[in-house]
Amino acid sequence: MSHHIVAFKDVFFGYPDGTEALRGISFRITHGESVGIVGANGAGKSTLLQHLNGYLLPTSGTVIVGDLSLSRKTRQEIRKKVGVVFQNPDDQLFMPTVFDDVAFGPLNLGLDEAAVRERVQGALNMVHSLELRDKPPHHLSSGQKSAVAIAAVMAMEPDILVMDEPAANLDPKSRRALINMLKTFKHSKIIASHDLDLILDVCQRCLVIKDGLLVMDGPVAEVLSNQALLEENNLELPLSLQRG
Amino acid sequence: MTFDQKYFDIGRLDRLSYQDTFMHRLDPRVKVIATIFFLLTVISFPKYEVGGLLPFFLFPVLIMTVGEIPVMFIMKKVMLVSPFALFIGVFNPFLDAGTVAVIGGIPVAAGWLSFLTIILKFVLTISAALLLIATTSFPGVCHALRLLGCPALLVSQLLFLYRYIFVLMEEAMRMIRAREIRSFGGRGAGIKGFVRLTGVLFLRTVERAERVYYAMLSRGFRGDLSILKRSRLEWKDMAFLAMTVVMLIVFRYYQVTEELGCLVQELIR
Amino acid sequence: MHMADALLSPAVGTTFWVGTFATIAYVSRKLKQQIDDKLVPLMGVLGAFIFAAQMINFTIPGTGSSGHLAGGMILAIILGPYAAFLVTASVITVQALFFADGGLMALGCNIWNMGFYACFLGYPFIYKPLLGGSQRPPRIFAAALLSAIVVLQLGALSVVLQTWLSGKSELPFLTFLLLMQPIHLAIGIVEGFVTAGVINYVRSARPELLDSLVAASSKGAAYSLKKVLATFLALAILMGGALSWFASAYPDGLEWAITKTYGKSDLPEQSSGLAQVLDKIQGETAIFPDYRFQQKRNGMKELPAAARPESPPAISVPGVIGAFLVLAIILLIGVGIRFFRR
Repeated sequence: MSHHIVAFKDVFFGYPDGTEALRGISFRITHGESVGIVGANGAGKSTLLQHLNGYLLPTSGTVIVGDLSLSRKTRQEIRKKVGVVFQNPDDQLFMPTVFDDVAFGPLNLGLDEAAVRERVQGALNMVHSLELRDKPPHHLSSGQKSAVAIAAVMAMEPDILVMDEPAANLDPKSRRALINMLKTFKHSKIIASHDLDLILDVCQRCLVIKDGLLVMDGPVAEVLSNQALLEENNLELPLSLQRG
Repeated sequence: MTFDQKYFDIGRLDRLSYQDTFMHRLDPRVKVIATIFFLLTVISFPKYEVGGLLPFFLFPVLIMTVGEIPVMFIMKKVMLVSPFALFIGVFNPFLDAGTVAVIGGIPVAAGWLSFLTIILKFVLTISAALLLIATTSFPGVCHALRLLGCPALLVSQLLFLYRYIFVLMEEAMRMIRAREIRSFGGRGAGIKGFVRLTGVLFLRTVERAERVYYAMLSRGFRGDLSILKRSRLEWKDMAFLAMTVVMLIVFRYYQVTEELGCLVQELIR
Repeated sequence: MHMADALLSPAVGTTFWVGTFATIAYVSRKLKQQIDDKLVPLMGVLGAFIFAAQMINFTIPGTGSSGHLAGGMILAIILGPYAAFLVTASVITVQALFFADGGLMALGCNIWNMGFYACFLGYPFIYKPLLGGSQRPPRIFAAALLSAIVVLQLGALSVVLQTWLSGKSELPFLTFLLLMQPIHLAIGIVEGFVTAGVINYVRSARPELLDSLVAASSKGAAYSLKKVLATFLALAILMGGALSWFASAYPDGLEWAITKTYGKSDLPEQSSGLAQVLDKIQGETAIFPDYRFQQKRNGMKELPAAARPESPPAISVPGVIGAFLVLAIILLIGVGIRFFRR
């Protein structure tokens, strides 16, 4: 079960315009861990996430996912193992109906029709959205869209789930539903968010990114109670810790 | 219509298209083909043939009642787009002035007949197009087009367009409102303001497309957009199509209006 | 201006449908070979963009009236001709279906009028040559202005031709032409201004963007004037064929129509000679001409002598009675179904 390792080894990444977004990041995540990634805006969180499924390739250093080292040739394979859920669900629900969106991934995996239908059913059940099956995405509320976006990724049965600001547009009830759902997932989870309470609730470990560097990597309770560190990174103590 | 109104208008038609009635449940292919036959038949009428067109109103009426589409909604939309055709057609009575009948002492020019056929054809064809969407949903129509031979690339374009129309319109509405709040006396409503607004909208659109592409890649996209076949043709679909074709032929080549009139005349006597 | 079904004849409509569909098929095939995957979502989203942009009205300086973007030229500049044609086709299709802006039978005409000239004439033969590789705003402005004007003139001319050849409107060709062209000259100028404005804005904000987009969509596409002219010739031949087919398929109707035309001296006034002949050839698919003639004769007997016109009338008493009856029946059916649904 050690296949689902995610490891960064001294990863550097610079954008074409010269911005050095990642300046030597190293960490190792093992199977089943749930890790939060926090940091100020522009610190490099999104850039880091974009390496996890090969949208970006490191300028130097290696990214390991499972048994594969990330390269142009391996990224298609890696995308089968790593599911990324984006901040804005409108960007990932691009098909005419919910069913089509959730079926998109399995179809691209080459599954046959029956298997695809099964996956879609399972994924929608997981997020309690089966009744939305034939609706077009623009008829859904934010919370519903978020749930469907997660289903669309889960339908591919990835080993590693990556999320970028998953609760950003959700009302409290949907947010709570999301947190409860995430707690039931046994996969490795990597969640980048400003919602420190969510990270505290869902993750065991936390990475802090600042200016392209990894400045802290430890148990979530420790990292998120370190007020000085948080404030250095334009963050605050999680609300649940503020009230003591 | 203002931007807001257009947005809600298109939204309303879109929502109507997802209702669940007998009309909605018919196979999209059959509805598209029936609509095309209907349109061809209607526009094949010669320009003075007024009476023959009237029975065709049965189709929109049936579709609106069975499909539960509000009549006023459709009528308003028809009237909204009528100016062009009316403007062209209104010249007919004056340019085609040979007398064709005398009613109560007043000579009627042939041009009035051809103008009337233009109006009738207009109402029939426009409502047919609107009712197609109103009872089939846009993705349904696209699906039908694909199965009827339309190139896959065009169909995927149509589907993406449809998917993001509402999103982009909302974005544009927000930008317009923001502009309105900041401009006093409509200073931003000229060409310069428009160029800036559209330019920004364009850039945001391109950025959004990049994010969508990223999302597609993340779920394994490699160039082919395949959608699972959703519908199977059933008896009721074929029956609907057959009945429609039969009625179209009957109405086109058989003088229904005149026959009825003669019948009544006989009865009165 | 969009062509409406009500003014269209089957022959003209089908011809342009064939022409447009052939172009779409050709363009799709070319794109599949050349296109960068990245463009698939971009084209679709840009279609939505054009749609949204078209709904934003602006006031035209000096006139106070409101105008809006058509978008054919700007798409061609951004995406290159092939992709732009597809996107234009999708925008116009959605307009026809959701806004009833232009009919479904006329869709072929409308896509042709608003897509073909911009993508395959205006862009490659006016815009690009005028630009000559330079990217300076004044150059872009001039190139966009001239190409928009020419493209819109061609589009307007096409609408006039399509209407005239369909024969449903009595407007003489020249009159219609003199109405449409000046209006579209003004529209073309505005379109050119706005197109240039947006392109220049985008260039100043993100210079590399347009270049990379065009590069991705039109690698090595060559445009030859010959190919375009050949397409026109093919279309003209097709249309001639369609018109004469309609004529030959209904010889009885044609004969009857010609007899009617030249056998009576008190015809309704027609406009120019050619329209008259074409009109007779096209629309009169009278399969039972004698029957109809007979029918009208019968109806005529019922009219008082003073009301009886000399030429076979298109209005007859049974016809009028029947009309009211038909409408009443349809109304009853509609109300009845409504009632039973409750």
